[in-house]
Amino acid sequence: MAGELGKYKLCVSARSSDKAILSKSQDGGIVTQLFKFALEEGIIDGAIVAGKGDEPWRPRPFIATTVEELMSASGTKYNISPQVSWIKEATRSYGLDKIGIVGTPCQMQAVRKGQLYPVGLRDVPDCIKLAVGIFCMENFPYQSIVQLVEDHAGMRMDAVKKMEIGKGKFWVYGQRGQVVQLPLKVTHKYEQPGCHVCLDYVANLADVSTGSVGSPDGWSTVFVRTKNGDDIWSKAIAAGCFETKPIEQVKPGLELVTKLATEKISKNQKTVEERAKFGVSKGLRNPYLGPK
Amino acid sequence: MADKITVGHVHMSGCTGCLVSLADNYGGLLTILDKYADLVYGLTLADVRHIPKMDVALVEGSVCIQDKLSVQEIKETREKAAVVVAVGGCACYGNITRFARGGQQNQPQHESYLPVGDLIKVDVYIPGCAPTPQMIRNVCVMAYLLLKGNKDQQELAKKYLTPLMQLAERGTEACGCDLMYDIVNQGLCMGCGSCAAACPVRAITHEYGKPNVNREMCIKCGACYAQCPRSFFNFDVIPEFEGIMEAIAGALK
Ligand SMILES: Cc1cc2nc3c(=O)[nH]c(=O)nc-3n(C[C@H](O)[C@H](O)[C@H](O)COP(=O)(O)OP(=O)(O)OC[C@H]3O[C@@H](n4cnc5c(N)ncnc54)[C@H](O)[C@@H]3O)c2cc1C
Ligand code: SF4
Ligand code: SF4
Ligand code: SF4
Repeated sequence: MAGELGKYKLCVSARSSDKAILSKSQDGGIVTQLFKFALEEGIIDGAIVAGKGDEPWRPRPFIATTVEELMSASGTKYNISPQVSWIKEATRSYGLDKIGIVGTPCQMQAVRKGQLYPVGLRDVPDCIKLAVGIFCMENFPYQSIVQLVEDHAGMRMDAVKKMEIGKGKFWVYGQRGQVVQLPLKVTHKYEQPGCHVCLDYVANLADVSTGSVGSPDGWSTVFVRTKNGDDIWSKAIAAGCFETKPIEQVKPGLELVTKLATEKISKNQKTVEERAKFGVSKGLRNPYLGPK
Repeated sequence: MADKITVGHVHMSGCTGCLVSLADNYGGLLTILDKYADLVYGLTLADVRHIPKMDVALVEGSVCIQDKLSVQEIKETREKAAVVVAVGGCACYGNITRFARGGQQNQPQHESYLPVGDLIKVDVYIPGCAPTPQMIRNVCVMAYLLLKGNKDQQELAKKYLTPLMQLAERGTEACGCDLMYDIVNQGLCMGCGSCAAACPVRAITHEYGKPNVNREMCIKCGACYAQCPRSFFNFDVIPEFEGIMEAIAGALK
């Protein structure tokens, strides 16, 4: 592994220069803005995003082929959206030749595994044109979020305006302006178990990855990683899509990102090791050692 | 070219879909045959009656144990080939032929079909129904590098092929249930959706982020489990995706 933060060519603090995107996005609107640019430039034909599902705050992956559809999916939903499930359909039912996809670090791992080992992903490997990763400490099953919002924070799911994890707390913002914060001590036990063996915090395998950590409110930390990502990012900058600041000049900066990444990875590495001796002379599977 | 590898396509009880998938590499296939591999055996493609010595045997289909010739040929394949690759769900896991019970003209007594690995040792698995052109392509390039590449290339090819060799060691049974047994039950699922995308018969949906397999629809091809990033994820290969994708594309130019 290339260190906790992965390989990258460039790291900046940035935000979209489009007010409409900023007003709806989770942080600096990086994801929505970058896809909008890529769509308008014909770099992608569509993007797999996490839109509105059947219940409040339950995401549903879908393929956005217009700017309106992209905008409708902005904002973080803190529960599982199986983004990769659409990746083959995108090339088939939707006939896309150039696919964009946003997802958590594990979903970026899934995309790259799918390109190198496309066991069941006919024609997908060469169609991935923009993979945008979002930082991720942990994710939750939908029912966990319901329990946190309704039982712990005492709010109705459909009355929530925004959720956020930051500054060591889980924040729930109500539509009437109320704000409830829960300590992460409370949320930890509700996390998705599969997250506890996850060894990536800042989407090391994305073309471009982004998250709030490291940058001031309303801004995002952005890693530009691959040649392809660099190419698209520089074009977007040239087109005036983003305002940027050198990461060295913002607070809390890369130091905090590195600290959190190191904490996550060493904690989960320990879990992976402990799983090996979970029972009595019997352990649990370790996917990093092979499929057996 | 002297440093080409020799490859054969051994056709057991399969639908030829695997071979069609190989052919679907179009220009890429021609490059493979031109630069890297001599096709020394293949009923559909080369006029050779008996299984010759070869570097790599690509076996498609399961083995009908009531068909003497098939049984003889698969044993001969093991003797003659340095590397045996089971290509496709039928060769690896039986796949759709797991449901065969005979009764088909003109050999209605042919009713028992076994994955190749139940009769001979198989070295590498390429699951899926059909296996994808790109997966076959990647394995072909890696097999070439393993046998004829320089030291670094051999090292990479070995690392790339290792999980596919481990899949071969893992066994000859596959089912959508593997996602439950070896991923969800093991506390490893993170809800990426790869399994659903990989399934050729759309037997998998996601309920609240976790796979739900319609077991009546599952044909037992093994694609979902092999595709899942929590069946195997090799940190010594996948993070190098950029360079490896470029190398493969370059090799096929
Ligand atoms: C489960 C989870 C945990 C996170 N943890 C951290 C963290 O620890 N530190 C940090 O800095 N950032 C974290 N983030 C990322 C952060 O919340 C923002 O999503 C990110 O900064 C992008 O904001 P934006 O304004 O650029 O994007 P926007 O323009 O708001 O777009 C967000 C995009 O993310 C997609 N999306 C929303 N929810 C999901 C989901 N559940 N799965 C996949 N895609 C989704 C949407 O479809 C949309 O396209 C996390 C995100 C998620 C989903
Ligand atoms: S913590 Fe890891 S496994 Fe869990 S959702 Fe985030 S990236 Fe995926
Ligand atoms: S492919 Fe993804 S969603 Fe499917 S079982 Fe594996 S981790 Fe879970
Ligand atoms: S669920 Fe689908 S992908 Fe998995 S083994 Fe069955 S048919 Fe194959």
